[in-house]
Amino acid sequence: MISLSSPVKTRAHSWPAGAKLMALCVATVALFGLQHIVPLGLCFVAVLALYAAPGPVFLRAGLARLWGLWPFVAVLILWHWATGDLAQGVALGFRMATAVGLANLVTMTTRLSDMMAVVMWLCTPLGRHRRAIGLAMALVIRFTPIFVLKGQGLALAWRARSARRPGWRVIVPFMALALDDADHVAEALRARGGLGNL
Amino acid sequence: MERNVTQIALFAALIAALGLVPQLTLAFGVPITAQSLGVMLCGTVLGAWRGGLAALLFVGLVALGLPLLAGGRGGLGVFAGPTMGFVIGFPIAAFATGLITQRLRALPVGWAAGLGAILGGIVVLYAFGVVGMSIVLNKTLGEAFLLVAAFLPGDAIKAVLAGLITAALARARPGSVLSRA
Repeated sequence: MISLSSPVKTRAHSWPAGAKLMALCVATVALFGLQHIVPLGLCFVAVLALYAAPGPVFLRAGLARLWGLWPFVAVLILWHWATGDLAQGVALGFRMATAVGLANLVTMTTRLSDMMAVVMWLCTPLGRHRRAIGLAMALVIRFTPIFVLKGQGLALAWRARSARRPGWRVIVPFMALALDDADHVAEALRARGGLGNL
Repeated sequence: MERNVTQIALFAALIAALGLVPQLTLAFGVPITAQSLGVMLCGTVLGAWRGGLAALLFVGLVALGLPLLAGGRGGLGVFAGPTMGFVIGFPIAAFATGLITQRLRALPVGWAAGLGAILGGIVVLYAFGVVGMSIVLNKTLGEAFLLVAAFLPGDAIKAVLAGLITAALARARPGSVLSRA
């Protein structure tokens, strides 16, 4: 499965994931302490500069992910324009876009394996359950594309038998397939010594 | 142990797969998909703990950077955006849905699952979603609720479907609805 980390290698890719996550937490808390349009606008420009630093491909990918926020920014600006406080609406739009931009930046510059290593470290107190969590994450990554294919197969089977579009009834066999697959995978794990043997 | 882990993991994968079926985008750009139906079904079929853990695993993988949310969204940006409350609320919504389905044993499974989905998948989920939106957009809870109210009818339909699907599964495979096992 394709992760959202950027294929464009940046210097930040080699920084420790834990440090980047801590820095993101501190930056987000600090950002929510700011209220005025000028400092929030400057923060947004600084984030754009961070996106631009690795080159145009990285900048375009980053802006494409931020673009999904436009309906919310539009609502904020229209709302505050209607209430006669447009500057506050723009400031809130800057704050939201900066916070999301920074968080996306950490995702784009951190490999999935590095993120997983942080999660596994955080799960250390869970003892033997830690290995089960690692296995569960791997199973989700493996089975999501399989379920997408199985869902498409069920929809095709429906279309072969009906002139109507496949509706919610297709989800019933989909759930049964998921439960069957869960039983089969559990049996296979037990046959290999179970989770205690991982 | 193995069966619990595989059921949790595969239902997390199911939530992701249901988010990738064709979607409609309504007002404010929030995509309407079967993903929140998947969260409800985790609770109604797997029960409170397993359903809640399946949704938590799904949310955790979204945070790690996998594009599992409807429309291929994912990553830490989701948790800083206006819809963060809904995503954070997924595990609690699934847990509440499962808990209610389990507790309403006196009712037929479809009715219990439908009521569980309404209370867990709508009331609980929207409580988190509205609070999240009010924080990010700096609006009052009432104003934030107005912004998401347009999606209530769609989610009410999904809650009814969760009841119908759970009842159909219980009829087809008695014993497979673990919230009632």
